[in-house]
Amino acid sequence: MTHSISLTVNGVQHTHEVEPRLLLVHYLRDVLGLTGTNVGCDTSQCGACTVLLDDVAVKSCTVLAVQADGASVTTIEGLAQNGNLHPLQEAFWEKHGLQCGFCTPGMIMSSYALLQDNPHPTETEIRHGLEGNLCRCTGYQNIVKAVAAAAETIGGEA
Amino acid sequence: MTRYIGKSVKRVEDPRFIQGKGRYVANLSLPGMAHLAILRSPYGHAKIKRIDTSKAAALPGVIAVYTAQDLIDGGVGKLPCGWNVPNINVPDRWPLTPDKVRHVGDGVAAVVAETPYIAADALDLIEVDYEPLPAVVDPRKATEPGAPLVHDSVPNNISYTWALGNKEETDQAFAEAEHVVELELVNQRLIPTAMEPRAAVAQWNAATEEMTLWTTSQNPHPIRLLLSAFTLGIPENKLRVISPDVGGGFGSKIFHYPEEIIVPWVARAINRPVKWVATRSESSMTDSQGRAHVTHCKLALKKDGTITGIHVQTWSDQGAYISTFAPLIPTALYITLLSGLYKIRGVYGEMWGTLTNTVPVDAYRGAGRPEASYLIERMVDIAARELDMDPVDIRRKNFIPKEDFPYQTPVAFLYDSGDYHKVLDKALALADYDAMRKAQAAARKEGRLVGIGIAGCIEASGPAPSAVAGSLGSAVGFWESGQIRVHPTGKVSVFTGSHAHGQGHETTFAQVVADELGIPLEDVEVIHGDTARVPFGMGTYGSRSAAVGGSALVRSAEKIRAKAIKIAAHQLEAAEEDMVYDRETGKIYVKGSPDKAKAFAEVAFAAYTAHNLPEGLEPGLEEEAFYDPANFTFPNSVHIAQVEIDPETGQVEIQRYVAVDDVGKVINPMIVEGQIIGGIAQGVGQALLEHGIYDENGQLLTGSLMDYAIPRADHFPTIETDRVETPSPHNPLGVKGAGEMGTIAATPAVCNAIIDALSPFGVKHMELPYTAEKIWRVIHSQNGG
Repeated sequence: MTHSISLTVNGVQHTHEVEPRLLLVHYLRDVLGLTGTNVGCDTSQCGACTVLLDDVAVKSCTVLAVQADGASVTTIEGLAQNGNLHPLQEAFWEKHGLQCGFCTPGMIMSSYALLQDNPHPTETEIRHGLEGNLCRCTGYQNIVKAVAAAAETIGGEA
Repeated sequence: MTRYIGKSVKRVEDPRFIQGKGRYVANLSLPGMAHLAILRSPYGHAKIKRIDTSKAAALPGVIAVYTAQDLIDGGVGKLPCGWNVPNINVPDRWPLTPDKVRHVGDGVAAVVAETPYIAADALDLIEVDYEPLPAVVDPRKATEPGAPLVHDSVPNNISYTWALGNKEETDQAFAEAEHVVELELVNQRLIPTAMEPRAAVAQWNAATEEMTLWTTSQNPHPIRLLLSAFTLGIPENKLRVISPDVGGGFGSKIFHYPEEIIVPWVARAINRPVKWVATRSESSMTDSQGRAHVTHCKLALKKDGTITGIHVQTWSDQGAYISTFAPLIPTALYITLLSGLYKIRGVYGEMWGTLTNTVPVDAYRGAGRPEASYLIERMVDIAARELDMDPVDIRRKNFIPKEDFPYQTPVAFLYDSGDYHKVLDKALALADYDAMRKAQAAARKEGRLVGIGIAGCIEASGPAPSAVAGSLGSAVGFWESGQIRVHPTGKVSVFTGSHAHGQGHETTFAQVVADELGIPLEDVEVIHGDTARVPFGMGTYGSRSAAVGGSALVRSAEKIRAKAIKIAAHQLEAAEEDMVYDRETGKIYVKGSPDKAKAFAEVAFAAYTAHNLPEGLEPGLEEEAFYDPANFTFPNSVHIAQVEIDPETGQVEIQRYVAVDDVGKVINPMIVEGQIIGGIAQGVGQALLEHGIYDENGQLLTGSLMDYAIPRADHFPTIETDRVETPSPHNPLGVKGAGEMGTIAATPAVCNAIIDALSPFGVKHMELPYTAEKIWRVIHSQNGG
């Protein structure tokens, strides 16, 4: 038994027949081939799979594809516009906010949502805001710096 | 002379990662690809009485189901041990277990199906009759009479024993000791938890009989060697192993794992590409884990605080099987480090490598060295408290003075270089230690639990040289290869046998080669992780890449320069010895005539046209070097932590963390600082949070990230770092390892700070990890509840 879903991913409309149990992250990765969104755990702890679902950060391993029917999804692949990196992407690069890169897409998407809610976060607010995203490489210090730098660049217009 | 070395060049690998273009194994999709899943034991120890796979095989979409016997009949071999200490008893380890399961997660059967979802469904349809057996999970109790045997072939569950040091001197030190610190301690089991779970994809080419395996490995060449020689039987020239972007390793992706055998074996059996991706739960129960020591240790001192002897006995948990490099960790990377940063007359350690019904234990970031540092730094701190000395003073008194380098310890190592007192002074200045203590005294008057912890630690990084490693039990060498291919246009491809999984080799090695050849960084591309492109390599672990892999590239570049000079000298009609190779610009000219220089690209082009080369010189400009280091390098550090404990909850707040490290010369300070800080985070994780726990039945209680706590962003203050540079004298870059120092030092620094904060309660020691609950119990039990 399958369901038909239609959704917009990174501005492109898609319609597919999917199993009701198919997770959104597997739909993005295996059906659409958008493998930028990674899977790091199976209990919604790590946040590697974070995407924006109608502009809200969600862990796409905890959303069924059918729940995204009619929604608009933004993944890491949709962040750069016209070949220009988003200020968060620039800042993660500039501040050495990544090492192995596996948590990075989810970390950037969570940071995007964080800056939408709070365009001028303090260091403490950034650290709390990223509690749902695990990084094993960086010790978070340069991620925090990157988010602060991006906030400054965006100037509250995110 | 350098233009790039020493500069914080932005990483060239980052654009793909920040745009979601990382090339991780799990991202690979091949036409006709099938998906594999593994049925794993739910028991810690049980006999397999019967397996019925018929229902699973009948499920639509299932291609095949295999048990251990199918694989054995199909020619797979046992997983070998790559580090054979004398008289080691290595029990059989098959890719799937045929007779009994020995740890939760032990592989019992494999399903290959059209989709991962169908493969998972099919696992539920495999019927296994288990007869549960009594389990053993404590490495010391495992050796007691009557303990359940993990393998019948290993009496008393003791796989090997090892000892090192000057026992007589040590015994004498204790006989004459004016003060002795004695401690029982556990260095808890850790689950490495690289964010990327392990994965493998295999593709069989039936026409050429060639196999390609993509695997999340830190060292694809050794994996190919083991597959070829021991486990899969496909010759090396028909087997290509690729480790593309790997999402962190921390040691756990060094080892040869069963899935690396099963996936290609099945791909060949069904003649289709096959993919397996571990879930996090699978990673937690099957990735080799870290630490897991039970130790009895003693420190002998004079009343003035002079350390005269250290004696250590350790039961090192090996888990249910001997993992690839497991016996290296608690022997040559642990007992050899028991002298720490200190000048100690008598040092002696002995250990037992024992089997338990737990997942195998092997290298995890630091690997043996954190275990050594933790026990030394805890004992030195206890000694300071008992002798009423400041923890700084006891360290200053016993640190090896800089004029003693190179320093021969009683436990085999010759420390190459260092200035430990300078590192200490710099850390004290950065922390403003005196002010810190004054503020602590003021806080104590207010009843606040503020503590300051200090740790001075050493690491041995870049295992070496190969002949010595061989004499200690290694089945492999510890050299590295570096190949430089200069293309006719002067662009350069660099092939390194070391492997980056977060360390930034594509940037740092490009910095090294660009400086060696005097060319722009943009002209250099670094390639790694593919046995078909890189001649050979030993991979990355033990903080070896810069010291060993970087040195191989320096040697290779020297050969390129020598050949370029020959070509330029010939064309400029000059003698070779009159030539100057300007490493600022890559120009080659006759001494005194820089205006008539040959550019690097011109020489490269001439090497390939071969129209005008010196007689007898081969065309082309490509060189290779194999570098076998003369010694380990010995990075060292002093870290200082300040914590405050909430007496109501036992929660620890790290208020300041100061790290001063000597990792020798630094190629890219930004990357080195990133390694140090990231390492500190993992050490803090061990101090405060992380604990892989098995219950008495061998059940893993911390099998997900809901139960196994790794640090989050809000566990840290901004870490303050600085460096002292004493170059390593024996490698051409003067570098020492930077990848593990943070992890080694952070655990004792934070733990010492917590004990200091709890000193009003008279606490001598606590067991790792120092969780809020344990701290709360200390406060409230000694407070009269």
